[in-house]
Amino acid sequence: MTAAGAAGPAFSAGPPLLEIRDLAIDFGPPEEPLPAVRGVDLTVRQGMTLGIVGESGSGKSLSMLSVVSLLPATARVTGSIRLEGREVRGISGRELRKIRGAKVGMIFQDPMTSLNPVFTVGDQVGEAIRTHDPGLSRRAARARAIELLADVSIPKPAERAGSYPFELSGGMRQRVMIAIAIANNPALLIADEPTTALDVTIQAQILELLKRLVDERDVGLIVISHDLGVVAGVVDRVAVMYAGRIVEDAPVDDLFAAPRHPYTRALLGCLPRLDRPQAALTPIPGAPPALAAVHEGCSFRTRCGFRQPRCDHEDPVLMTVGRSQAACLFADQIDVAPATADGVAP
Amino acid sequence: MTAVDLTLSERRARPAGRANWLTVPVILGLIVCAGWLVIALTIPLWSPYDPLATSGLPLLPPGAQHLLGTDALGRDVLARTLYGARASLPLAFAVIAGGVTIGCLLGGLAGFFGGWPDGILMRLTDVTLAFPAILLAMVMTAALGPGLFHAGIAMVIVWWPIYARLLRAQILSVKEQAHVEAAVAAGVGRSRLMRVHILPLAITPVLVNATMDLGQVVLLAAGLSFIGLGANPPTPEWGLMINDGTIHFYQWWVALGPGLAILSLVLAFNFVGDGVRDLLDVRTPGRSP
Repeated sequence: MTAAGAAGPAFSAGPPLLEIRDLAIDFGPPEEPLPAVRGVDLTVRQGMTLGIVGESGSGKSLSMLSVVSLLPATARVTGSIRLEGREVRGISGRELRKIRGAKVGMIFQDPMTSLNPVFTVGDQVGEAIRTHDPGLSRRAARARAIELLADVSIPKPAERAGSYPFELSGGMRQRVMIAIAIANNPALLIADEPTTALDVTIQAQILELLKRLVDERDVGLIVISHDLGVVAGVVDRVAVMYAGRIVEDAPVDDLFAAPRHPYTRALLGCLPRLDRPQAALTPIPGAPPALAAVHEGCSFRTRCGFRQPRCDHEDPVLMTVGRSQAACLFADQIDVAPATADGVAP
Repeated sequence: MTAVDLTLSERRARPAGRANWLTVPVILGLIVCAGWLVIALTIPLWSPYDPLATSGLPLLPPGAQHLLGTDALGRDVLARTLYGARASLPLAFAVIAGGVTIGCLLGGLAGFFGGWPDGILMRLTDVTLAFPAILLAMVMTAALGPGLFHAGIAMVIVWWPIYARLLRAQILSVKEQAHVEAAVAAGVGRSRLMRVHILPLAITPVLVNATMDLGQVVLLAAGLSFIGLGANPPTPEWGLMINDGTIHFYQWWVALGPGLAILSLVLAFNFVGDGVRDLLDVRTPGRSP
């Protein structure tokens, strides 16, 4: 299952930056594991943007935090995570620190609390630079920090560098976070819900900024979000996660035009749209299964409008349909008409 | 593009935020503290009376000659009160410095490393905290003889666990904050994480408490002297002087001087402590206008 690699020339440029194979993350006692992530395969190439979408608890953040080993100590990770061809799972703390920030830049959800409140933002960007380039002088790091602040479109960067986080608005702080993330020219940027804590107008600016950085710097970008609308404008490809698995992986246009998994269809039904008059949004009935639930059959079947007898026993694997892949036994039979989320069985 | 952001950040410019901690009580507290400090340092240069020598009739009421009267041995109460600062202030600073140093060292280790060092240190603080200061001072006095220095040692022993627990708890909470995770994600190493990202935020309440505790140490020292476990007569010390006052109950001025001295100094330390909190805590809401 070479998830994102196969399709379209736009996505297959260059060697894979990040290759995740058969990633599984368990919590709880080994005798009774609580699987939070199961069998995740992902590939990200240089200059490619991937969106990972799913509900809370679907395992989207955990999967990405595992790339830089930021999971809680109680998590057990299996599978392979290769960064630029090198296995990063289980490497030493020293090696890990060379990757964190230098090869993989992280942008977190809450810019209000993700900056150190007692240092100026200039110092914090400077620290990010000096952490991976200890030989650089303070003054040079400062100058570079101001350049970076300018890069992320902060007005009057030289002045703002002397500001403390509490003096900046949420949007400005998120720009600072992005400046820190790109400080060492990492090959891969992971943005975990980068706009969730922001106003809609600021959201658009931040997404625009991320897009520009990907174009200018030719980095790989992963945007984690619970909001299909957020990723739609930024990414080339979307992986939809449900109950710890990738249930659909498709180029963004295909995903919106012809969702192959009933869950994706249902998600689109929850999205308010301006271009199509619709009486009411259609919520997905029920709730995701508990981690401890025994997994036999499709984990979405209890909430699925297309449920068939086979779904109760067979565990769906990713099936390739066109440029999409979907983990549904009937992925190739689901109507290709634009999703209206009527949720009616065929 | 970011007009809104810009006006917001300019409105919250730093100078306005910084000036906020200097409120009237804080300024008053600073003035009183500074006043006592100057008195303690310079009193021998300008005091008209020797605090240890008889300078008039015994138990003279306040008057032009003796502004706060004289005590039972005819010593000037005002002079003795002012000299008393030379005993209380250094003791207060020494006890707090000792307590903060030991407490931060042990509390920092416990908070950062956790595990069994944490367990041992915290049980040790439990035991020490369960020990009344007065009892410990009595033991010290019995073993080493009475004196302010020994009382000071007893006070350090009862005081350090407070700071150890405070710092440990703060470190544990700061460790979980998002910016620490962000720093880890940026590749920051362990020692730098502790020094730059955790300690500066965790130490604030310790410093605030230490400032406020200066007053408490002055009080406790006076209390220990009052019951005969601190300074030895005829040292001019506030607790001792108040003790004298209890014998001469109707000569109210004997206890008035040291009483006012303790009151003013403790209040001043508390006010300054409030100021220190507002100054150091960048997260205090409403700091920026």
